[in-house]
Formats: sequence, structure tokens, C-alpha cells
Amino acid sequence: MEVLSQDNQMLHDSARRYLADHQPVAAFRKLQAETTDLAYDLSAFEQMSELGWMGLILPEKYGGSAFGYRAAGLIAQQLGRNLTALPFTSTAIMAATIMAAAGDAMLAQWGEQIATGKCVMALAHDETTKHQLNPLDASVLAATAIATEQGYRLSGKKQFIIDGYKADRLIITATLDGELALFCVATATDNLQIDKQILMDNRNCATAKFNNLILPKTDLIVQGEMAQNILSKALSAGRAIVAAEQVGIAKEVAARTLDYLNTRKQFGVVIGSFQALQHRAADLYCQIELTASLVATALNALDNEADEAEKLSRAAKAKADRLGKYATEESVQMHGGIGMTNELDLGLFMKRNRVLSEFLGDYACHANWLLADRNI
Amino acid sequence: MDLNFSDEEEAFRAEVQSFIKQKLPAELAAKLKLGGAPSKAELEQWHSLLNERGWLVHHWPQEYGGAGWSPVQAFIFDLECRLAYAPAIVPFGVSMLAPVLIKYGSDAQKKHWLPRIVDGSDWWCQGYSEPGAGSDLAAVKTSAIRQGDHYIVNGQKTWTTLAHFANMIFCLVRTATEGKRQQGISFLLMDMKAPGVEIKPIITIEGGHEVNEVFFTDVKVPVENLVGEENNGWTYAKYLLTYERTNIAGVGSSIAALLALKQAAKQRKINGRPLSDDPYFAARIARVEIDLENMKTTNLRVLADVAAGAAPGAESSLLKIKGTEIRQQLTSLMRRAMGAHAIPYFPEADGIGFNGPNVGPQNALHAAEEYFNFRKLSIFGGSNEIQKNIVAKMMLGL
Repeated sequence: MEVLSQDNQMLHDSARRYLADHQPVAAFRKLQAETTDLAYDLSAFEQMSELGWMGLILPEKYGGSAFGYRAAGLIAQQLGRNLTALPFTSTAIMAATIMAAAGDAMLAQWGEQIATGKCVMALAHDETTKHQLNPLDASVLAATAIATEQGYRLSGKKQFIIDGYKADRLIITATLDGELALFCVATATDNLQIDKQILMDNRNCATAKFNNLILPKTDLIVQGEMAQNILSKALSAGRAIVAAEQVGIAKEVAARTLDYLNTRKQFGVVIGSFQALQHRAADLYCQIELTASLVATALNALDNEADEAEKLSRAAKAKADRLGKYATEESVQMHGGIGMTNELDLGLFMKRNRVLSEFLGDYACHANWLLADRNI
Repeated sequence: MDLNFSDEEEAFRAEVQSFIKQKLPAELAAKLKLGGAPSKAELEQWHSLLNERGWLVHHWPQEYGGAGWSPVQAFIFDLECRLAYAPAIVPFGVSMLAPVLIKYGSDAQKKHWLPRIVDGSDWWCQGYSEPGAGSDLAAVKTSAIRQGDHYIVNGQKTWTTLAHFANMIFCLVRTATEGKRQQGISFLLMDMKAPGVEIKPIITIEGGHEVNEVFFTDVKVPVENLVGEENNGWTYAKYLLTYERTNIAGVGSSIAALLALKQAAKQRKINGRPLSDDPYFAARIARVEIDLENMKTTNLRVLADVAAGAAPGAESSLLKIKGTEIRQQLTSLMRRAMGAHAIPYFPEADGIGFNGPNVGPQNALHAAEEYFNFRKLSIFGGSNEIQKNIVAKMMLGL
């Protein structure tokens, strides 16, 4: 239903074809069964980097295509539809957003690395198991950095670092002189312990512990108010992209359900001929389209660097949380018993959706933020 | 939640509590509290303890061993068992087959099968659904053809809960293909150990194994295992289903889940404050509590009608629809309360004694599992859509 620019339409169509051919849900099941240390397919990651997906929001000068967030959202939707495991949100969106906002020096160092898939980066920010209502508030961070003559000494713990296991770099948040600071830390470093955190979606989530981790001066990306602005933008971008992935999940389970309604026979007719189920499917369609338009609006706001980007991305994330839950539950219900089986893929979508709902704040987190923001 | 029991009822409640305190193995309750599943041996042990006290088949007529309880007493018993995290009584023999045998079975069948249910000699499972007969149960195809003193059964059942524990299965089979579909169905009792019976597990989305496919290839069933009349099984099947649905409301389980939810919401800190202080979350708890209070009185009302002689009719559909919605709401809120604690996945953490990395309260590991597993509640026992059809037809005449 979305009307896209010609470039975006082409990007969308090629992503759809590529993923259907090379990375369908069966590929994810295979990864899951292999229980490899790396929870994504390295050669597929290289191919997707070649297709330009890792550089969508980076300037052309630094190896990107500058297609923007709206375009990236189309990729995220397709990744959601195929349950493709790829360090996309962590690296191509959040890390790239941070580097792009941090200025030319950072872009020169990391832009091409990210765009070509040579460097996987994950944001290590959350310390509590629930995403903070005001994640930019340095006073709630326990991780601290102390300036030394050679650079910095970093201590703290992080968890729910999406794509953090086997990443090349972690972008670690900590307080420095009482202010928020962002560090780009090589993972192959003494005193940095990264453990895999197995979530129900079988991706590369990690915890990190670091005690007196010695960092060179060049690892500091940004500090102070600018760090807050940059982190805010990265979180907004991450939220909107996750919301787009959840829209993709909802579209996929709805499409599969529609197929089932058109083939499953009971009482001598296809069950899709029952008005009660038609109405449920119609409601689902309405919610998907409503959410898709809110997500697109949030992504456009990010592309336009609009003031309301944070608010819209939080609203989109909240709405997508609701949609993902509703769509996966409805799809199981309309499939009946067969929807409950591990053999069918619906449970896999449900689990991926659950993790995405928690990541970067769930419905309640954003509803409470919007509640506090209501007097503007 | 105010339960408003009379003095006599409170005395009975104390009696049940004292029994559970003395008899329920503490390790078992601890395991179930953390969301673990009871083993077959643990279920049999609990059945046996209840039977010693005369409480296993409390709802049967007294002449068959029932306890002669009022509906409120039965409710109190169930509630206290749920609050103490005792295993639920496995319903297939005790609560599903037995009422059918008592009403429609021959004297010989009652004499043979009922004592075996009571003493645990038989573990029953339910052979109703088939791949092509789910909501449309009357479409069952599994055939039973009479040959002398036996029926020869061929076909497949599915979603058979705990078939892998069972030695007996009660089945809806097709004995006639002419006329109305409902009129060619018979109700057969079959031995799971008989040659030609094969079980295949079905793994569900949360990774558990509760349900199975059961295949029959030329299975010989003695004709004395036919319940009631040939081709009249649909009547017995429906009678059984109304009992299944009354039990499905799960008010006792929901009350226990509500208490656990409130406790979790108080303990859980979000941005430094208990989650129960979050007006948004508190309002959702309040809403489900009101629905549950309402469900409790409605369930008691229906049970009182049953006690007064009415078979539970389409009202049991109401209990099933609304009762399962409440249970799903509660697991959904529990999972929300656990937040990111509820998304780590440790298959090896089932049950107690797990010493691996833990990111949250122990029951958090099961909050998500239960949320996924409980999707089944609105599907099994006749999907909630089918229940609405029944209400529309039977209660509203539409």
C-alpha cells in the first residue's frame, strides 16, 4: 500500500527477491539447528553488504548510499518477514547514526568499515533489564570512565547488547566527569569480558563486563551534551527500525494466515468464508496499515532531522509492540492447533517479536514517556 | 480478592489447607511454582494421595465414590490446590470419561473402568481431534468396522494431550458413513498398548511436549468397549465436552496467577519504583482482577445450577471463552512484569536445581514459556470461535 520513490521501490523489490531466494525462514532454522557461535550467516552478511544494505544511511563520501532511514525501514521490514539474522539495526543503523552524527573524523575512520560489512558494532548501553525511561540521563549509568594520561580507564557492566556477541567493536556508554560519554571499544581487548546471552530469538545478544579497561584517547567518540544528542538520535533510529521489522513480522504472519484461511477446510468450506474470521483478518489488516504509516512517518522525520523524530519513533515503537503481539497471537489463533506447533514457523515470529518488543523500550516505557511529555 | 466464605466453608478450607500442607511434597510444589511440569510419577503420586483421602473423584456421585461436596466446596478445594502449587488433577479419566460412563456406560463398564480410574490403574487420553476434524469435530474419519466380536480401527487422532503417559484412549470413531455426519459416530474405549497403535510427539512453540499424534492401523477393539449405542457417540461426545469446558475456566489457577502477578509487580523495580506504582500497569491488573472476580461468581452460579440437577449446557462455553481470556491476560501481564527478564532462553533451566547464569527472578524464565504455551487455551477444548457459535445457536437462537 505504501507509495515509494522509484529508488526505494527498486531497493524494496530487490531485497524481497534476494531474501526469498537466499535467506528464507528455513535458513534461520538451519542456523538455529547448527547452534554456531556466530548466529548469522557470514557469507550472507557479506552479500548483503555488497547489496549496499549496511551503508544505507551513510554519506556516499564514506562508502554509503545516503538512501536514508525510510529506505532502511524497507530492508528491516523484509528482514522481519524472513526472520533473517543480520547485524543490521545494531551496525547499519545505530552505530552508523552515531558515527554520522559525530562528525567527519569518525566517519572517515568508521563509515566505510560499516558500509562494507568489515566492522560489526553494537551499542552497549542498557545496564538494567528494563530499558530506562530516560536513557540519556547520565546519572543512572553505573559504568564510569576516568581520564588518564594515555587515555581512559573504563569500568562497568552492560547487558542486552543486541548483536554484541562476536562484534568487532562495542559502543559503550559511561559517565566521564559526570557527563555522558560514548566510547568505541575493540572487543579483542584485555579486561573486557563479553558473554553470549541466549534469548528466545537465537541471535547474538551479549553481556559485557569491564574492570579497569584501558582505552586509548582515540576511543572516545563524543562527550557531554553532544553525546546525549547523538545517543538520542541513535536510539530513535533504532526504535523506528525495530518498529519497521515488527511491521514486517506482522505482515508476514498475516499473509501466512490469509493463505491458511483460503486453504483450510472445515464444515465443507474454506474457513476464510466465515465472516467471523474475515472480520478478524480485516481488523489485522487495518492495524498493520496504521502502524506501517506511523513507522514511515517516524522514519521520514529521522531523514528530515525533524524535532519530533524522538517522539514519533517512540510512538512507532509502542504501536509496533502492540501490533506485533496482536498479529502473532491472531495468526496462531486463526491457524488453530497447527499454529501452536514448532513445525510451523509462527512461533519463531512470535519469539523474535517478543525480543524486539523489549529492545529499546516496550510499550509501557514509551507510553509513560509520552505521558510525561504530554504538557508540551 | 474477597472470597466471602461462610464459617463452615472456612472450616472446610482449613481442612483442605492442612491436608495439602501435610501431603503435598515440598519439592514438587517448589518445582511447579517455578513453572516446571510434573512428571508422570509425580502426578500419579498426587492422585494417589488425594484418593486415600477420598478427594480424587470428589465430584462423582457419592455411590461411585464422590465426596458429596457443594459447588463452593469443590471451588475451595481447587483454589487451595492452585494456591499451594499442587499438580492439577489429570482430567481425562476423572473428569471427562467418568461422567460419560456414569451416565451412558453399561453396568459392566462402570464396574470395570470406574475403579481403575480411581486407583490409577488406567491413564486415559482423549481421541477426539483429527487433522481434518478440529473445530469441525463431526468430520472425524477414523473408521471402526465391526468384524465379529471386534471393531477394526484405522485412522489418526491429533493434539492428544499426554498420550505418551496413557495406556487407554477414548475415541470418537466413524461407524457409519450414510446420513447426517453426527449420526455415524461411536464412542470407543481403546488400549494404547494394542498392536497397531503408534504415537508421535508434537513439539509446541514454547518447546514443550504435551501433545501427540496417535495413529491406528488395524487396531482390534472388543465390542464390549463400545460406550452406549453404536452411532450415538456424538451425544456422549458433546456431554463430555461440556464438562471439559467447565473445567477449562480455571478460576482457581487465575486467582493464584493474580496473586503471583501482584507480588511480582511489587518486587519489580522500574526506574527505581515498584512496577505496581505504575498507574498504567496497575490499571491493567485492576481490570483483570475485576474480570476474574466476575468470572468467579459466574462459575459458582453455573456450578450451583449443575448441583441442582442441570447438566452444564452452553453456559460452559461462556466459562471457557471468558475464563481462558482471563488466563491469557494474566500470563501476558506476568510476562510484561518480567520485562526483559522474560526473554532469555535456557532450555536446561527447566525445574529447580539450575545453577547457570540467571538474569532475573527464577520464575522469569517461565513467564515467556507459559505465555507461549497458554496460546493453546483459546484453541483447545473447542476454539473460542466455536464456543461463540454455540452461544449464538444454543443461547440466542441465531
